[in-house]
Amino acid sequence: MTTTDAVRILVPTGMLGGGFPPETVTRGLELGADVIAVDGGSTDSGPYYLGAGIAKTARAAVARDLRLLLRAAASAGIPLIIGSCGTSGTDSGVEWVAGITREILAEEDLSLRVATIYSSQKAADLAGLPIRPLPPAGPLDAATLESCENIVGMMGHEPIVAALAAGADVVLAGRATDTAVAAAYPLMKGMPAGPAWHAAKIVECGGQCTTNPRAGGVLATIDADGFTIEPLDPAAACTPTSVAAHMLYETVNPFTMREPAGTIEVGDAVYTALDPRRVRVTGSRFEVADQHTIKLEGARITGYQTMSFTAVRDPHILGQIETWAALLRKMITEWVSNTLALGPADYDFDIRLYGYDAILEKLDPSPVPPREVGVMLLVQAPTQETATAVAKVANPLMLHLPTPDMDYLPSLAFATSPAETERGAAYEFVLNHVVEVDSPTSLFRIDLEGLQ
Amino acid sequence: MTARVIADLAHEVRSKNAGPFWVTLEIFARDADGYATVADPGFLDESVIASLYGVPDPRTIQVFRIPELNVVKISFPRPVTQGSLLDRDVHAGQHHVPLALMPLSSSRSSPR
Repeated sequence: MTTTDAVRILVPTGMLGGGFPPETVTRGLELGADVIAVDGGSTDSGPYYLGAGIAKTARAAVARDLRLLLRAAASAGIPLIIGSCGTSGTDSGVEWVAGITREILAEEDLSLRVATIYSSQKAADLAGLPIRPLPPAGPLDAATLESCENIVGMMGHEPIVAALAAGADVVLAGRATDTAVAAAYPLMKGMPAGPAWHAAKIVECGGQCTTNPRAGGVLATIDADGFTIEPLDPAAACTPTSVAAHMLYETVNPFTMREPAGTIEVGDAVYTALDPRRVRVTGSRFEVADQHTIKLEGARITGYQTMSFTAVRDPHILGQIETWAALLRKMITEWVSNTLALGPADYDFDIRLYGYDAILEKLDPSPVPPREVGVMLLVQAPTQETATAVAKVANPLMLHLPTPDMDYLPSLAFATSPAETERGAAYEFVLNHVVEVDSPTSLFRIDLEGLQ
Repeated sequence: MTARVIADLAHEVRSKNAGPFWVTLEIFARDADGYATVADPGFLDESVIASLYGVPDPRTIQVFRIPELNVVKISFPRPVTQGSLLDRDVHAGQHHVPLALMPLSSSRSSPR
């Protein structure tokens, strides 16, 4: 076995299905990529994708990206690693990406060995394990675990390394930390943990750490002393600022970041320009933790929602829009009580004045009289039927409610017919906890059955 | 143009979720002078952020001052649960505006 001096990671895009120019991959292979790593997930778009176990990305977009990456991996004879398959990394998400992968492999006549790693967790299995809250969460009880539609554990690099070591050419992982996906192969090849983890964090969003985030992916070269990073679009550049600034992106703390096996410490890292396009990073550290921990994510149903949307252009109403909205809230509550015999505990609703203060509400520093306002009614109730009934009762008010000083009924501008849109189940994230484990792979199931 | 609000000193002021339970805000100052203004704890600190964003406990707010990047970064627990009935900004992508429009003349401005 030869010693590896350096490992080159090709990250084509921040998210599988996000798209990238084909030249990104061609260029990466020309530069000697040893592995292709791409993240397939995120919690950023909210709890629905985990709760429902459905991907945020379109199947065709994922297939398009996958086809290019599978071809590249096969032609170069290098592994392809995909993390957090299907947005949330549930078993259904892994199956979804695996199904697309099998189709493409057959169509392209490629014989790549595929491993799948499952990260969904059963509440009953977790209940007996030591679980700790992360701020701002509180202690966890069994009922909360049981209430989740889906729970996933975020794997570190270890299950991915295990799949690669077993001979996988393609690893389709369930929920994994963004960094583990890129760190797995260099760690497996003996690269030092500090540079491997820091590089993995920098590349996890693809071109985000370059001067042109939309231009495609990046290549990171990790060696014994640090790592070097460059964009795969010749017209884009990595600068010490663009690279260092990526540590800020979607992080609470830009200097330290906890992984299952320990903490990435980049407070002492030095970013140096090698030339106008490439940056060298040294001084990154990884502190191995005393206790291995796996972060849990879970989402539960909070109710069912129905949405209705009207709009106001009448300057008289807009002149006192807050008064009008307060009256609308009051009238909906009264009418729902009178017609449906429902009280405040039976349902909930929100009135949002788009164009006025819908986004920031009372935090908005400068509400100004608008020219038109979209009025969204969002109702939530224990059943879809109740939510829609409330929205239907509100409908005449949203069509004709005058301001208190008007002696006639206005007619407002509904956007759609029917006025009500049933949104189905609404979800919330309820877990922000870690479970202490003895083995970094014990919560994850690696399926090598697909390996021929 | 005379600088009036934080945005006038910045290349970019941005906000985003940092996971489902935290919001993070970043001021990328144009230069060291702008950085010096926004990094001054007498101008911007945990209590100012608490009043600007309605954060109930200022001790939960984390402020990072990064002179190498001319950046001030602020993180705090999400006041409204992500994706809930009352969440009007799922990615917290527009919550930079109260910070960006904070007047430079007064650090103790309060929301209306």
